[in-house]
This record gives sequence, C-alpha cells and structure tokens, in this order.
Amino acid sequence: MADPVLSTDGLTKRFGALTASDGISLDVRPGEIHAVIGPNGAGKSTLIHQICGGLRPDHGRVHLLGQDVTALNTAARARAGLGRTFQISALAMEDSVLQNAMLGALGRSGRPWRFFGRALGDADLRARAEDCLARVGLADHLHARTATLSHGQRRQLEVAVALTLEPRIFIMDEPMAGLGSDGSAKLTRFLDRLREEAPILLVEHDMDAVFALADRVSVLVYGRVIATGTVAEIRSSAEVREAYLGEEG
Amino acid sequence: MIAERWLNLAVLAGLLGVAVWARIADQPFTITLTTRAVILALAAVGLNIALGLGGLVSLGHAVFFGLGGYAMGILAFHVQTYTPLEIGPISIAGSTSMPVIWLTAIALSSLAALGIGLLSLRTSGAYFIMITLAFGQMFYYFAISWNRYGGEDGLSIYVRNGFPGLNTLIPFQFFGICFALLCLVLLIGDRLARSPFGLALNAARQVPVRVETVGLSPFRLKLVAFVISGAVTGLAGALFADLNRFVSPTMFSWQLSGELIVLVILGGVGRLIGPVVGAVLFVALEHLLGGLTDHWHVFLGLILLVIVLFARGGIVGLLSRRRLGDG
Amino acid sequence: MSAILIIEQILNGLQFGVMLFLMAAGLTLIFGVMGLINLAHGSFYMVGAFAAAAVAGVTGSFLLALIAALIVAALAGAMVEMVVIRRLYASDHLDQVLATFALILIFSEGTRWIFGSFPLYLNTPATLSGPVTLPGGIQYPLYRLALIAVGLAVWGGLWWLIERTRIGIQIRAGENDREMIAALGIDISRLYTLIFALGAALAGLAGALVGTIQSVQVGMGEPVLILAFVCIVIGGIGSIKGAFIGAILVGLTSTLGGIFLPELFKVFTDPATAQAAGASLASMSIYILMSLVLIWRPTGLFGARA
Repeated sequence: MADPVLSTDGLTKRFGALTASDGISLDVRPGEIHAVIGPNGAGKSTLIHQICGGLRPDHGRVHLLGQDVTALNTAARARAGLGRTFQISALAMEDSVLQNAMLGALGRSGRPWRFFGRALGDADLRARAEDCLARVGLADHLHARTATLSHGQRRQLEVAVALTLEPRIFIMDEPMAGLGSDGSAKLTRFLDRLREEAPILLVEHDMDAVFALADRVSVLVYGRVIATGTVAEIRSSAEVREAYLGEEG
Repeated sequence: MIAERWLNLAVLAGLLGVAVWARIADQPFTITLTTRAVILALAAVGLNIALGLGGLVSLGHAVFFGLGGYAMGILAFHVQTYTPLEIGPISIAGSTSMPVIWLTAIALSSLAALGIGLLSLRTSGAYFIMITLAFGQMFYYFAISWNRYGGEDGLSIYVRNGFPGLNTLIPFQFFGICFALLCLVLLIGDRLARSPFGLALNAARQVPVRVETVGLSPFRLKLVAFVISGAVTGLAGALFADLNRFVSPTMFSWQLSGELIVLVILGGVGRLIGPVVGAVLFVALEHLLGGLTDHWHVFLGLILLVIVLFARGGIVGLLSRRRLGDG
Repeated sequence: MSAILIIEQILNGLQFGVMLFLMAAGLTLIFGVMGLINLAHGSFYMVGAFAAAAVAGVTGSFLLALIAALIVAALAGAMVEMVVIRRLYASDHLDQVLATFALILIFSEGTRWIFGSFPLYLNTPATLSGPVTLPGGIQYPLYRLALIAVGLAVWGGLWWLIERTRIGIQIRAGENDREMIAALGIDISRLYTLIFALGAALAGLAGALVGTIQSVQVGMGEPVLILAFVCIVIGGIGSIKGAFIGAILVGLTSTLGGIFLPELFKVFTDPATAQAAGASLASMSIYILMSLVLIWRPTGLFGARA
C-alpha cells in the first residue's frame, strides 16, 4: 500500500473539561477521498484546525508526506502542501474574484515581496489564477467584486483558491454547505475527478455526496473516531447506526 | 475609478497652483502654509500605508515624525555648534545636506518601526492602538529627558539645510522639493497598492486567516507595511523640521499621532489622495478657524464627530461618490 | 540609601499605582463590556479635577469638592455616552479612536475656554495635611496614605459590585455574550450608560484627588490616560484584577525607577552622566516593562488567550 499523504497520530485536544479530540488517528492515501462525518459538536472543526495548524494538539502528531508538521504554523503547512477550503467562505470581499485567486497563486509562487510591477500584470500568476477559476466555472466573473457573488459562487471561489496552491492534499471543510442540489451535484462530479490530482480529506454533512464520493469514511463522535471503513462497511456498522446515522433517520 | 484619478490630479494641480500664484503675488506666507500642508500630507500618506492598506490603526506615528525631525535636528546641530557627533568610536561632523538627512531620517524611523512593529503586531485591535500610543509617549518623554539636544525646549537650527543646486531658503524652492517628494511618494504608494505585495497586504487586512492558508505570513506583510509607513512619515518629519528650522519633543506627542489619523480620515481612508485632501483641509481650517478664534479645536472636534458619525469615507468619498452618480 | 527612603518610595509607587487603577478600572470595564476603546477617558479625569477646584474655590470644602468631582464627571460621562458613544458600539476601533479623539479636542479646548489657560490649585484638606509617623519611625504624608486607602477601597467596592450585586451579574453576562443579556430582558442601553458614567466618575475622582498634589490644568488627563492604557495592556484588557496588578506594577516601576536607576548608574559611571542616563532610562522603564510582558504574554497577564 502506498504511504499516506497525510496522517494524524493520536491527536488529543482538551478545552477545560471538554475533550474535543480524543486520540484521533486517521490517514489519507494517494488518490482517495477520505470523508469525516459526525454529528454537530463531534469535534470536526477542532480536528481540521489541528491538521491545518490553527490549533496545537495537547498530544499526538500530524505527518504530511512523511514529514512531522506538528510544530509548523498554518502558513508553513500550506507551503508544505496543504490546500484548505473553509466552511464559511474566507475571502477578501472588497477585492475581485481574480484578485482572490491571484492571492493563492502568489502564495504558491512564494514571492510576495515584490513592491513594484502590477500583480495583475504577472503573466504566470494570472494564467494560473484564471485557469483555476475557469475550472470551477467562474471564468465569466473574473472582475466581479467578491462581495457581489452568490453564496454558491463564493463556494466555487473557495475551491478555486485551493486549486491555485497545487496542493499535495485538499482539506475541505463542508464544501457543499449551503449549495442547492444542482450545485452539490456539480461539485460532487468535480471532486470526483479532483482526487486524481491530490487526495481529499472531506469533512461533510451532505450524506449523498459523502456516499457518492468517499473511498473511506471515518465517523467522529464526541471527539473519537468510532469507525473507519468503506461506505458499505460504515452503512452496515451497527455502532455507527446507533451513534449517528440512526439519529438522522 | 477614472473620476478618482482626475480628482487626484486636480488636487495636486491645485496645490501647485496655489504655490505658483503665491510666488507671483509675492505671498511668502502662503507658500509656507502650502508647504506645511504638503509635508503633513506626506506624513499622512505614510500613515495611510499602514492604516489604509494594512488596516493598522497606529496611534504612534508621531514617533517616526519625531525621529525624522530629530535626525535633522541632531545632524544640523553638530554642524552648527562645530562639535563632532560621536557614536561609539565613530566621530562625524554632522550634516547640513538634505539628502543625507533624509536618508538618516528614513533609516532611523524604519528601524524604530521595525522594533515597535515586532512588539505591537503580536497583538491586534485595541491592544495595537494602546501599545503604539504608549510607545509614542515613551519617545516623547525620552526626548524631554535628553538634555544634550535641548530637552523640553527643543533645538533651533538657524539656517535651513541645503539641497544641491537649489537655494532652500527661498520658500518656493523649498516648496518645490517637498512637493516633488510628495508626488514621488504618491506614485510609489500607487505602485505599492497594485503590486504583488499590495495584493497580499490588502488580503491580510481583510482575511488574515486566508493569507495564512495560502502559505504567506500576515504578520510579516503587516510588519513590512508598518516599516515602509514609518519610513515615509520619518521623511516628512525631517522636512517639517526643516520648514520650521526647529525640533522639539512635541513632534513626538500623542496629539500629533492623533492629528495624523485625523488627516487620513478627513480625506478618506484607503484612498491614495485622501490624506492629501485631509492635510490641505486641516491646514486651511487651522488657518481660517484659527484666525477667528483661539479655540478652533472645539470646532475641529465637532467637524470630526460629524464626519465619523455621518460621513464615512471622508471628503474624497463624498466627492467621488457624487461624481460617480453624475456619470 | 536607607531603608526609610526605600519604604517611602514604595508607598509613593503604591499611591501612584492606585490612582492609575481608578483610571484603568473604568477603561477596562468599558472595553470589557461594550468593546469600546475610549480615548476621552482622560477628559473625565480633567473634568473631575476642574469641578473639584471650582467647588473648593467657592465653598472651601474638600469633601464637597470631591462629591462635585464625582457627580460632574458621572454626568459628563452619561451625557457623552448618550449623545456620542452609543452610536459607536457597532463601529470599528478606528471610528471609536477618531470620535473619542474629537471629544478630547472638544473637552480640552472647551475647558480652556471656560477656565482660561492658567492652572488652578486645590488645597489638601486641613484634616489630612501633615505627616503621620508610621511603625518604624517613618514620616509619611497623611494625604498620600489616604489616597492609597481610597484606591484600595474602590478596588474592594468594584469587586463587591461585580461579584455580589445584580448589576455585577449583568456586567459579567455582558462581557460574555451581549445578545444573552438582551435576551434576559435587561435594558442594555441603560446598563451601558451606567457603566460608562461609573467609569467616568472614577476617573473624575482620581483627577480631583491627584489635583491636590499636582496642579489642575487642561491636558492633565491624557498622560495619565496613556499610562492607564499601559496598565491594562500589562494586566490584560477587560480584567479588573489585571488592571489593578498592572497599575501597581506601573506605579512602582515608574516611581522606583526614577529614584534607583540613577543610583544604579552611579556604580558604573560619573554622577552627572549617571543622573542623565538614569533619568532617561527611568522615563522608559514602564514601556520596557510593557514590552517584556508583550513578548511573554501578548494578551497581558490576566487577559483572555487569543
């Protein structure tokens, strides 16, 4: 079996009496979509924060491409190959769509310390940004102010910014949130192809999408991974049913 | 956007026009007043790089203004008194050359901005405001206690420093120097805002968390912006000292830091020409209201309150909005 | 250097510290509950001092002067809150800075308009003037001792107010969740006016009390305001305990630094240079203290972790 691109080893994080992550170990292998599901308050956001560098775990390690990145900050992990999308769009609302994508391309280039010359005039960066925007279907909105985009378009832009980073792995925090059924279906088809570029750790509430996409699913309840397996295995797990799926009907 | 570019040019042409008119009409006081507005504008344009682009509400920019002033004061003082300036083992005669003074002012204020930025950018929001304000006060008290260079009374420099090929004692020529520097800095500011660095800084102001996740450090971006900002304000301080031929601790005062922010806001934050409009307006108010009553600060305060509560975007915001509405 | 001098200076530092606390407490309460950074807090300090000086001038009574300082500063605070400040709670810090800077201009120049540019003087009340003998034979001014007592009493009173009263419950609720206290049916705008007036009254009290040691003049408030900012940056914004510890630290550092740093420098260099260098360094000592705290804990000693 190929070495995992990303692995967590016993991640534990406590906030006072609450144990938000309780010894979470999971990995993401090349070419796969690994979904993390769980009820609200299961600790999915805390897990993502620890993987991406916003939170230090109390115990446990995070490995990316075989390298221990636990001590690295968010920016360093991004440079090491993490491409993250946010649950609530984190975009520069005053700027244009193109400028937001250019920011990602600029981060990927690692050369932000240029004080002259127009950013939008940099052919390499611009080509990369426009290409990624075209791939998510925003080619016609390059110069729209981000604040004027619809909710769905902002979700697309989130994905486009992550694409510009050419990451070794995508960490996607509820990319389907707030999308209609059309939008979800489109994004599902897109992610299905995207896994060939880089594997995806997908935190998602939309069960249709998860069951359609995931190679493996981990179920997170009260900060613990209670089961990891294929969609079929998870569907048939009595423990999962009891802890989670049963509640959803 | 086009309307705003014309507005930029109109403001600069207006400033130049007033000075040329005053030159022809032989009104040296008006030239000095215009020069004062230009120098304050330069200081405020510097502040706006931190405030408008970086979103850093610095209430301590008087530090850089003051350092620029004292760079001029100290270098010229040693020439004036024929005493060498000794820094450790090095002994220099001082300088009365503007370019040398400017570079010293820029170097000193950049260094101070680096130190203050490294400390204060560890925090944000209200902490940042209070900390920059506190560092301003530190320099103020330090200048007061530094008797070697006049302490509370400050330093008078009797002859304005020189610039190769010009007679800086002629008000119009000194105005020309200041005006050229302002135009140069505006041009640089414009390029900066559109540059890759400006793009990243702009995003760091709005969504720092996004900037981190593309692998850039908002801290470093803001720190560099703060240093550039401090350097420009420092340059303005050196010019201001040369205009008055005098430096004193009041150049470090919290009032001055506050007034610099007022200049930026009066004109319109985040707009290139905003601080220039603000400075012109401020000097005009100071001159006109100050001529009517000693207590003109009361009215300045009221005007400021009205702008903050009812006219976000400042004067340029009002003007360019109306223009956009027209067209 | 004698032990007596050291104890005297420690007491001076404490006295300075508790007066800073009176300022810092209001600032930190207002920031903690309303999220407002108030530059005009120094104006209430000045207003209190002027009110006290004016009333003392007419009546000759120090007690009436203090009461006047409290009332006038509280009224000024309530009025400012209702006319200007309440429009700023939802604004960003930049707007708050500007509006309260504008208030400083109005208050300072307005006071100069009414009272003129000459400083006024407040006399120490007869019953509190003169020195007392402390255990160990130390002679110390009774008035300064009284200031320390007042500062400690205010600290105790604030603790009682916040921990033991209904208003305190509302204040603590407001610090945690603004929407919740509205949901509880508490009249939030009245609560805010009350807190703002309370903070202003404490600042006014400090101004009147310190006004007898120094002169009463326009612009007296802002240097104290900035020191109070240093106190709450050190202690952590929003924390009364932090404001107190910060204020005592700043008071002691400032006072002791001014005395001992020149002495310390005399060990290394000649007296004149030592005096100058020591004085310069002493003027920077509290800012160096603040810097060290910032390096160690950016959100202050008792501030919420970011």
